[in-house]
Amino acid sequence: MTTMRIASGLGLLLGLGLAAGQAQALEGDAERGQQAAGTCVACHQADGSGMNVSGGESWPRLAGLPAAYIAKQLHDFQAGRRENTTMMPFANMLDDQQIADVAVYYSEMPVTEAQGGEDADEALLARGEQLALRGDWDAYIVSCKSCHGPGNEGAGGTFPGIASQHAGYIETQLRAWQAGERSNDPQNLMGAIAKRMGDEDIRAVSAWLANQSVASE
Amino acid sequence: MKLRRTTLAVASATLAAGISVAAWAEYETLAEMGYPAPKEGELVHVPPTMADLEEADIHPELKKVIRRGYDLFTNTQQLRGENVFNDMNCSSCHLGEGRQPFSAPVWPAAVTLPDFRGKNQHVNNLEERIAGCFAYSMNGTPPAYGSDDMLALSAYHQWLATGAPMYPDQPIYGRGFPAPERPEELSYENGEALYVENCAVCHSEDGSGLYEDGEYVFPAPWGDGSNNWGAGIVRTHTAAGFIKNNMPLGQPLSLSDQEAWDIAYYMTRQERPQDPRYTESVEQVLEQFGPTFHKHSSYGQVREVDGHRLADHENWGEKGDEIKPWNVGVPRFEDLEE
Repeated sequence: MTTMRIASGLGLLLGLGLAAGQAQALEGDAERGQQAAGTCVACHQADGSGMNVSGGESWPRLAGLPAAYIAKQLHDFQAGRRENTTMMPFANMLDDQQIADVAVYYSEMPVTEAQGGEDADEALLARGEQLALRGDWDAYIVSCKSCHGPGNEGAGGTFPGIASQHAGYIETQLRAWQAGERSNDPQNLMGAIAKRMGDEDIRAVSAWLANQSVASE
Repeated sequence: MKLRRTTLAVASATLAAGISVAAWAEYETLAEMGYPAPKEGELVHVPPTMADLEEADIHPELKKVIRRGYDLFTNTQQLRGENVFNDMNCSSCHLGEGRQPFSAPVWPAAVTLPDFRGKNQHVNNLEERIAGCFAYSMNGTPPAYGSDDMLALSAYHQWLATGAPMYPDQPIYGRGFPAPERPEELSYENGEALYVENCAVCHSEDGSGLYEDGEYVFPAPWGDGSNNWGAGIVRTHTAAGFIKNNMPLGQPLSLSDQEAWDIAYYMTRQERPQDPRYTESVEQVLEQFGPTFHKHSSYGQVREVDGHRLADHENWGEKGDEIKPWNVGVPRFEDLEE
C-alpha cells in the first residue's frame, strides 16, 4: 500500500517534470550512483552527511532523502529553477541517468546526525518544537510536520525529511524562500509559510530540527 | 482575566475601546490574508491555546483531562479500530487544532448546545454532537456518553470556549466553513483538472491521501480512508467552503470561487463508505433525507462521466457490516408534552 502510494507520487512528480520538458522515467541504480557521486563527496561527504558551516554556506545532508526529491532538485539546478552558484556546475556535470543513479544512491544511506543550533537556549528550542510539531496558527504558520511527515522525517517523494538536517542549511533555505530566491517547491507550499516566519522563528525551527535524531531502520 | 478579554461583540462603540482592539489584534493576520473582518454585531472569540492552559488557574486534574482531549482531537487515529474506521483525525478538517476561524472552529458547539439539530431532528448536547462526527466523519462508532474519552473531548471543546458567552444572541465570526457564492455552472471536468493540478501532490490522484510509515500525513478526500456519505462535508457547499477557506494548506483563499466549487463538485462525486442511515437502499435514504441533508450532496445521483450511480453500494469501509454506530437513528424526548 505504502509502496503504491509513493509510486503514484513519483509518477506525478515525473509527470510535472515531463510538463517542464524534463527527461523522466529513468530507473536509478545505487552502484552506478556511487560512481557518479565522485564529485559530490567533497561537500556532501562519503556518508552523505554534508556539513554545517557556521557563518558560511552549509552543505545539506543528502543521506536518506527521497530519491525523487534529490532528482528533482538536480534537474531544477540544471534548468535554473533552483539557483545556487556552488551547486550549479556540479549538477550540470550529471546526465539524466546519473541524476537518477545518485538520487537512489543517497536515498539509501542511513540518516546521519546534524550540526548547528548547539547553543540554542531552552526558549528558542521550545519555539522551534512548537513550529515543527504544532505550528502557530495565529500567524497562519502550519506545522512542519503537517507536510514533512511523522517526526519530520519526510513524506512520499515530494516532502524531504528535515529532522536531523543541518541548522545552517535549513536557515539558509527558509531565508531564500522568504526572499523569493528559492521557489521550486510544488505550488509554493513552503514559500507561503516561510514568508510568514520571523527571524527568530527560522532560527528556532532550524536549531530544533538539527537537534533531532532520526533512528535508522 | 486575560482570557475574558479575547471575547467581544463587535460594535462601533466597543471597537473604539482599547480592550476590543487588543482582542481583534489576534486575528489581524487573518484580515491581512484576505478573510473578512468581523461585521458589526458579530461575536469574536479567540480561543485559548494549549500554552494558555499551562498558565490557567484551574484544577490540575482538569488540565490533564483537557490535554487528553487535545491529544484525542489531534491524534484521533489512536482510536482506530475501536471508534474510528477511516484515516481521519478531528484536526483533518478542523484545522489549527479546532481553534481556526473559517475552518469550523469547534468552540461554538460548546456555547450553542444543547439545541435542536435538523440532522437528527431532536435536541443534542455537546457529547451527542461529537458522537455524530464519529458516526459520519470518522466512519466509526462513538465512545460512550460519559466515557473518559468523550468527557476529555468535551472538556477540550469547552476549554476552547473559555470566556465566550453561553447561548450568544449574535452571529459568530468565522463559524463553520462559509461557502463562497455558488457559480452558475459547476464543472466536473474542470474540477478534476484543478484537483490534479492543485491537490493531488498531497492527497494523491486517486484521493487516498498520503501515508508515511503507516502514519497519516494528508487525509483522503474520498474512498474508504475518508468520511462516509453521511458526513457534513459531502454537501458540495460545505466542501467548497472548506476548500476556499483552507486549501491548499497554508494558502487559503488562493483559489477562485469557481475553482473551489468545481474541485468540491469533483471531490463530492467520488465514492466513499455508505451513509450509516442506509438500511435498505439508496431510495430509502433519499426518501428520508433527500429533501433535507442530501439535497446538497450528490448522493444517489448518476455521474455523467461514467454513468456510475453514486452511493449505490453496501460498502461500509473498514468497519464492515458488523459495526453499526449506536447513536444513529435513535430518537429522543418522544414523550414530552408540547
